Amino acid sequence: MDGAAAAAAAAAELREAHRLAGHADRVWALAWNPAPGAGPVLASCGGDKTVRIWKRAPDGAWHCSDVLEDTHNRTVRSCAWSPDGRLLATASFDATTAVWEYNGGDFECVATLEGHENEVKSVSWSPSGSLLATCSRDKMAWIWEVQPGNEYECVSVLQGHTQDVKMVQWHPLLDILVSVSYDNTIRVWADDGDDEWHCVQTLTEANNCGHSSTVWAVSFNHKGDRMVTCSDDRTLKIWDTSADLSQPKTGEGHESWRHLSTLTGYHDRTIFSAHWSSEDIIASGAGDDAICLFAEEKSSMVEGPSYKLILKKEKAHDMDINCVRWCPQDPRLLASASDDGTVKLWELRGSVLD
Amino acid sequence: MTVGMINANPVVHERPERAAHPHAADALDPLDVFDTVRDIRDPEHPYSLEQLSVLSQESISVDEKLGRIQITFTPTVQHCSMATVIGLCLRLKLMQNFPPHFKIDIKVAPGSLANEESGLCTVNKQLNDKERVAAALENPNLRQLVDECLCSNDPYSH
Repeated sequence: MDGAAAAAAAAAELREAHRLAGHADRVWALAWNPAPGAGPVLASCGGDKTVRIWKRAPDGAWHCSDVLEDTHNRTVRSCAWSPDGRLLATASFDATTAVWEYNGGDFECVATLEGHENEVKSVSWSPSGSLLATCSRDKMAWIWEVQPGNEYECVSVLQGHTQDVKMVQWHPLLDILVSVSYDNTIRVWADDGDDEWHCVQTLTEANNCGHSSTVWAVSFNHKGDRMVTCSDDRTLKIWDTSADLSQPKTGEGHESWRHLSTLTGYHDRTIFSAHWSSEDIIASGAGDDAICLFAEEKSSMVEGPSYKLILKKEKAHDMDINCVRWCPQDPRLLASASDDGTVKLWELRGSVLD
Repeated sequence: MTVGMINANPVVHERPERAAHPHAADALDPLDVFDTVRDIRDPEHPYSLEQLSVLSQESISVDEKLGRIQITFTPTVQHCSMATVIGLCLRLKLMQNFPPHFKIDIKVAPGSLANEESGLCTVNKQLNDKERVAAALENPNLRQLVDECLCSNDPYSH
């Protein structure tokens, strides 16, 4: 190969590796089991009221190993594995959150969390696995403590958002919770050491270069000093914090998130999902049926950190993309979920770093 | 539904003569979209959205290449709740009749809702939030109302 061909061949590419069909309605969300053990395991959930578990066989083909049904009687909107990979929480429009125990073989529903007044939109486990957060169209986020015997106790109801809360996500290292909302804001919640939870920061359009429409998702980087949010305003925003992440639980300084960068003009419809890989690549999925990948611009001709587009995969699906998730065991493997009812697995190939 | 009618005296228009389609049979244009939605019944009155001038062919734009449909409608009254129901009816009817890859944007015409600043923005934002739309259509009471509006006894409908 000559020099030019070699350079072209090394360019980043997102190759479609598998297409997982089975859901009978749109797929809303995905979650990879974080446990390092027995090969990658993916959970998907959607409008057909079921959760499907996908696994890779020794020959490399993917199949649906389990269908979790007859528990939720409306759309299952979100799912999340506990950090040890033994529990799967599922959040539904039926206003409940179910917790399933996974012993490597079967799934058993071991708890049902009630309390939200209407649709639950998102569920997230804290890094220690001792807390669970949920959020709803009722404008609240709830924090639940995991107790012995599959008991869950609500320890706080977080009030502050003025509209529908779309997603909650725990910080990767500390017990800090971020929520994003139809009210266009991002809120950061921490406890004061006495189990009293407060909103320590609100990121708005007016005060913080925040979003101008519904914020749909948030994702932290591996280190937890940056996060990315995405919105109906068709932008992604990168935020960073100067907080000392070695501070235990209370995370002193977690009111110090500030806007770093806005990525605009890459999607021309609502951006529903963003996810930050352990190799520092941000994936986004949107209503324009496209997936974009971004990374930090290392060659500093520019003052301060900035992000650039690595590639845009047009028509990644036939319809809106609702969720994108990098595989924790293979940071070059990306899963996407769509209104078209399918989940796709993609391999990132080639050089993404200059 | 609600006890009293929000708009007890709507203005009803004569159904216009329907001209034959002069265009190529397989191109999608605003008239095709309009034909799909014109006979949707208003949630409050036994008249179609066309008869009540809630929408017209001119309020529809289509880009077949990009796969986009945009409809702007004018509710019969300056009240948000009926606007939301009409918006849901339009969205459901379009979803049922056009290929799934089409992106559909539904807006309330400016100047048509009381407290326009908040009312208009509020309704448009809800109508175009697909998660809110999905949840609303799963609500049995609301879904029943929407289904009734879509089920037309109109002898001209096709």
